Amino acid sequence: MPDSSENAHGAALAAHEQHPSYLRHHFNSVEQQADASNFAMWLFLLTEVMFFGGLFTAYLVYRNWYYPAFVSGSHQLNVVWGATNTVVLIFSSFTMAMGVWCAQTRRRRGLVLCLTLTFILGLSFLGIKTIEYREKIEKHHVPGFHYSLQSFLDPQSDPEVYAEYHDKPLAPDMARHTELYFSLYFLMTGMHALHMIIGIAILGFMILRARAGTYTAGHVTFVENFGLYWHFVDIIWIYLFALLYLISRH
Amino acid sequence: MSENTIVSLPDQSTARIPRDNYITRENGLLSWLLTSDHKRIAILYLISITFFFFIGGALAGLIRLELLTPQTDLMATDTYNKVFTMHGVIMVFFFLVPSVPATLGNFFIPMMIGAKDLALPKINLLSWYLYMAGGLLALYTMAIGGVDTGWTFTTPLSTHYVNTNVLTTGLAVFIAGFSSILTGLNFIVTIHKMRAPGMTWFRLPLFIWAHYAASILMVLATPVVAIAILLVALERTLGIGVFDPTKGGDPLLFQHLFWFYSHPAVYIMILPGMGVISEVISTFSRKRIFGYTAVAFSSVAIAVFGFFVWAHHMFIMGISNYAVLVFSLLTMLVAVPSAIKIFNWTFTLYKGSITFETPLLYAFGFMGLFTIGGMTGVFLGSSGTDIHLTETYFIVAHFHFVMVGGMLMAFLSGIHFWWPKMTGRMYPEKISQLAAVVTFIGFNLTFFPQFILGMLGMPRRYASYPPEFQILNVFSTAGATILGVGYLLPVLYLIWSLKYGEIAGNNPWQATGLEWQTQSPPLTENFAVMPVMDHEAYDYDWLEKQQKKEAHRAG
Repeated sequence: MPDSSENAHGAALAAHEQHPSYLRHHFNSVEQQADASNFAMWLFLLTEVMFFGGLFTAYLVYRNWYYPAFVSGSHQLNVVWGATNTVVLIFSSFTMAMGVWCAQTRRRRGLVLCLTLTFILGLSFLGIKTIEYREKIEKHHVPGFHYSLQSFLDPQSDPEVYAEYHDKPLAPDMARHTELYFSLYFLMTGMHALHMIIGIAILGFMILRARAGTYTAGHVTFVENFGLYWHFVDIIWIYLFALLYLISRH
Repeated sequence: MSENTIVSLPDQSTARIPRDNYITRENGLLSWLLTSDHKRIAILYLISITFFFFIGGALAGLIRLELLTPQTDLMATDTYNKVFTMHGVIMVFFFLVPSVPATLGNFFIPMMIGAKDLALPKINLLSWYLYMAGGLLALYTMAIGGVDTGWTFTTPLSTHYVNTNVLTTGLAVFIAGFSSILTGLNFIVTIHKMRAPGMTWFRLPLFIWAHYAASILMVLATPVVAIAILLVALERTLGIGVFDPTKGGDPLLFQHLFWFYSHPAVYIMILPGMGVISEVISTFSRKRIFGYTAVAFSSVAIAVFGFFVWAHHMFIMGISNYAVLVFSLLTMLVAVPSAIKIFNWTFTLYKGSITFETPLLYAFGFMGLFTIGGMTGVFLGSSGTDIHLTETYFIVAHFHFVMVGGMLMAFLSGIHFWWPKMTGRMYPEKISQLAAVVTFIGFNLTFFPQFILGMLGMPRRYASYPPEFQILNVFSTAGATILGVGYLLPVLYLIWSLKYGEIAGNNPWQATGLEWQTQSPPLTENFAVMPVMDHEAYDYDWLEKQQKKEAHRAG
């Protein structure tokens, strides 16, 4: 009897030693830990949906009330840049998904490559966004900073946009409401860009850790959860693109 | 009383507090500030919310003192506006929202489901730091001149007309909101993923169900108030126009966004309190909660209905008559699950072996006062009476009956009930029973006259009032002083009991929850052996067998 109990004790010790170092003390198993953190990430994304939901509600109300202003406002956006950015982000979601696969199949170099590509694509998105913002600043279409109604009261003063859409001048009352459109445009894309910036910062940190092999030793929860975040930010953009750029194109 | 008690304490001459527990495992301030132990974080929260409660309480005292006389004599009217605003902000965001969940919930959710900790211990600590950052920012705001919009930040007052510190207060609430989101998120993950073997959903204590429902509200509703406050800040600084009628924006949109959070927020505040009451009622009547499943689902029903009633705060603000009808009906529907709880608790007490220890006294206070608070909520939910009663003291009385009479009673009930588990020592019984009675009397004297004042038409949020309202206001102020004594007493004797209280032993109440089947105060990892749940919740026969078995083993 003493022998067998000693053996059992020994086996328990061995089992303890087999616990990987990344298993936190309060979890019973690696599966439980991974399950819990994935679930937490989904819940976090749910709070993000509600957060953006407030903005989408405001958009919905004002678009219904001031539809002509929203159409004219959207004509000021460059659909080509917007579409390019959409493609950039969808492609970055693909590289991110490949990154998760690489982590799961323990391909360190593949993971570093995928994360770096995602990083670069994320930065490209922000670059293009900067070009678009700059155009708005130049045209005085930033609410609260000497906002100008010129392009809406007299569309022909804005030859490039006029050539494409032939917008009729808006009544001064309606033209004023374009400011609301641009408020929502900057709020929604700005909030999205903030999420992108946070994501890119985390990506930079992850690339360093991936090079050291942290994610290719079996513990992939962090990469998976970041992937969820990145896809979420991507999906938000797809909605923003449709709602802000394509109002009159249906 | 000795024969009429379920309290069974170990022999005081030999009993000792276990040498190894979560309090003694590590020493030093840093071991507390950097802890990831849910029990220590709960204690941090307990100390900090008590601090904020007494600041909010002092402000309430100033309000009542000003209202002692019809004239404005204690402070200028704009100071009065700042005082009631800060009272609201501190009490709602820094006391009521985190009160039960962040202290008792934090401490006992893992223990009740048989886990070693919450699923995300570091996030838990982060939520306390966010809470403190928000709270200290709110205090800083108060020091540099305060804010006078009311705790509701109503637009366009908050965006265009006042030049007080709306931005810093808004930021404080915004930060505290994230603390609340993280707490709720942590609870949901923990309840889903960390339950001990055998702990099925319908074996969970009702405390857990109540917290689960409240957590859903925290996670889904709080982000909406975050965006609403962000929009107020941008409107105020940049003039983006979203709430500005001159640019086509609509202040009513702010009301929708704000109350989409702030109505569910009252259920965030009350649901965990209801969870406490379920535990206390069962323990002190020695019976399984009558209609366990109905009580469990009524929590979820309150959470679900709670999302669809927000516009009843806006009946006089020009929303459509059809919306008023629908929201009025939905508001009354919330009364159904609340009543289910009250009736089931009553049936639990029926033919139970009731003993009147302090937690049960507070729980009785809760049941009576919450019922009055809830019923007057139906008055306010009826669109016709609401037009007369809203913006009067009737609404102040209704809200305080639910929040102070309901939630605060539940909080104190829970603190007394679990005090022996948290500290290893009993609170002094006689004086705490006195405190419970004093609180009840003081409360009724303070807030019942306000129902009458409201019916008579005294508007809220004014520093002065017509002289014919003075008698009732004097009653109210007198009651507030008694209430103050009722709240100070527990602080004094609970601190006293830390050193001089009797040793509680593992299970002084003979309660069935898993948290009572381990030492008090618990080990850092909660249980010496991983618990297995092999019986239903509130199974007193199981407990008796278990105790016989242990006595046999000891014999």
